[in-house]
Amino acid sequence: MIRVENLSRTFGKLEAVRNISFEVGEGEIFAFLGPNGAGKTTTIRMLTTLLAPTSGTVTLNGLDPAVHPHEARKHFGIVFQDPSLDQDLTAQENMEYHAVLYHVPRAVRRQRIEMLLKLFELWDRRNDLVKKFSGGMRRRLEIARGLLHTPKILFLDEPTLGLDPQSRNQMWTHIRRMNETERVTVFLTTHYMEEADRVAQRIAIIDHGKIVATGTSEELKARTQTSSLEDAFLALTGTSIRAESADPAAQMRTFARMWRR
Amino acid sequence: MGAIYILWLRELKRYTRSRSQLVASLGQPILYLLALGFGLGPVFRKAGEGSYMQFVSPGIIAMVVLFAAMFSGIALLWDRQFGFLKETLVAPVPRVSIMIGRSLGGATVAMLQGILMSAACLIAGFRPAGLVSLPLGLLFMVLIATLFVAMGVAMGSGLQDMQGFQLIMSFLVMPIFFFSGALFPLDGLPRALAAAAAIDPLTYGVDGIRHALIGAGHFSTVTDLVVLVAVSAALVCVGAWRFSKIEV
Ligand SMILES: Nc1ncnc2c1ncn2[C@@H]1O[C@H](COP(=O)(O)OP(=O)(O)OP(=O)(O)O)[C@@H](O)[C@H]1O
Ligand SMILES: [Mg+2]
Repeated sequence: MIRVENLSRTFGKLEAVRNISFEVGEGEIFAFLGPNGAGKTTTIRMLTTLLAPTSGTVTLNGLDPAVHPHEARKHFGIVFQDPSLDQDLTAQENMEYHAVLYHVPRAVRRQRIEMLLKLFELWDRRNDLVKKFSGGMRRRLEIARGLLHTPKILFLDEPTLGLDPQSRNQMWTHIRRMNETERVTVFLTTHYMEEADRVAQRIAIIDHGKIVATGTSEELKARTQTSSLEDAFLALTGTSIRAESADPAAQMRTFARMWRR
Repeated sequence: MGAIYILWLRELKRYTRSRSQLVASLGQPILYLLALGFGLGPVFRKAGEGSYMQFVSPGIIAMVVLFAAMFSGIALLWDRQFGFLKETLVAPVPRVSIMIGRSLGGATVAMLQGILMSAACLIAGFRPAGLVSLPLGLLFMVLIATLFVAMGVAMGSGLQDMQGFQLIMSFLVMPIFFFSGALFPLDGLPRALAAAAAIDPLTYGVDGIRHALIGAGHFSTVTDLVVLVAVSAALVCVGAWRFSKIEV
């Protein structure tokens, strides 16, 4: 369903993604794990037509998003890591606009919106502006919105970030059901290892833009001779904390880019 | 179609919901109108040019449309920073529909602002020469709105942060307003200023509105129309092209 070959992306001198290759089968739940700044979001941006790769190819359901972006967009849905709601609209409006943009048939629109808002306990607040929501409520709305249409492939970039256990549980139950009944392929990233262990059928671990291991949770544990996925992850990626690159040089680059336009 | 409608509706909802923005965006032009209209009135009359309130009102109306239109295009930056832009850009909808929806919304808002400003001018004492040419005035407002929404989209598509926004305000929008002849007659200007006015597209918009509302102007109505339509068409193409290349 997803095939990635020798994919790379550089930002100036920084190699965010280096020559990665992997495949995700139809109906599979695939976890893409890695420390902060490893290149997970950058990879998802390239898979979802938001960023052009420096080199390499991507195929989504037989289509290259770099060549046929519009066609490719018909096959996936995404929950972003960063906020992407319109804060000046109500929860209901955010859902409705999404339904229109994603061609959810009018007949099922209302009922699906109601079902999802109830599932994530936002129904009572549906007519409130999103800017009045708490962080967790916004996150729940993002997820509810992402599940509104049933795509072939669903990208979830740290979907459970900042969610309480109740909502996490609801979300994964719902996603598993979509995966089982509609064979939705799921590509997810998360920093909660037990979550990945529980839901993902296969896992890839990326570090410094390179994939360092792929396999089932059992395979990764066996390979590193550890007993939990968390330990396996640490064994593969080391224990040091990653420096994020908001350094002065990066800021200068953004500034330079702005002037060049 | 659905996408165009929904994005148009979004712009309108955002506009009608933020009362403070509405007041703020009309406050400054009204200040211009009152201070300049009444303040420069006596000098203008002494110079034998007639009523300055009559002269400047079309200019201020054009200014309001210019600002609102440019702003709606540049508001892409806000959507980028709040993240909503990503949501629209990955949707299975042609990017050009997204741009059209947003731009129509922006242009509608600019027109509403322009009409509110026209009402303010009437209250301040402005009197249009006749009623028959009012539709022509509206047409010029539509053209100004279209042109500058497209310019705003072309600029906004590349904007990454607030500094860029400020650069555009001070080095593009303000000069466009000041060189347009909104505040002064175009006859007998120093050569450099006349040249600046001639390459400023707003000049033709202001001139067109003056023809329509007070029956006097510098160029002919046809020249105004041709220039505005041509520049708008070009900018819509540039805007659509730049919008299709956005990465977030
Ligand atoms: N637009 C950009 N310009 C410059 N550098 C960027 C840009 N986007 C990402 N990067 C850099 O690319 C690297 C990978 O970032 P990415 O967002 O893919 O990490 P991630 O794996 O998603 O991390 P996290 O777990 O923190 O979300 C980082 O070093 C980041 O600073
Ligand atoms: Mg990330």
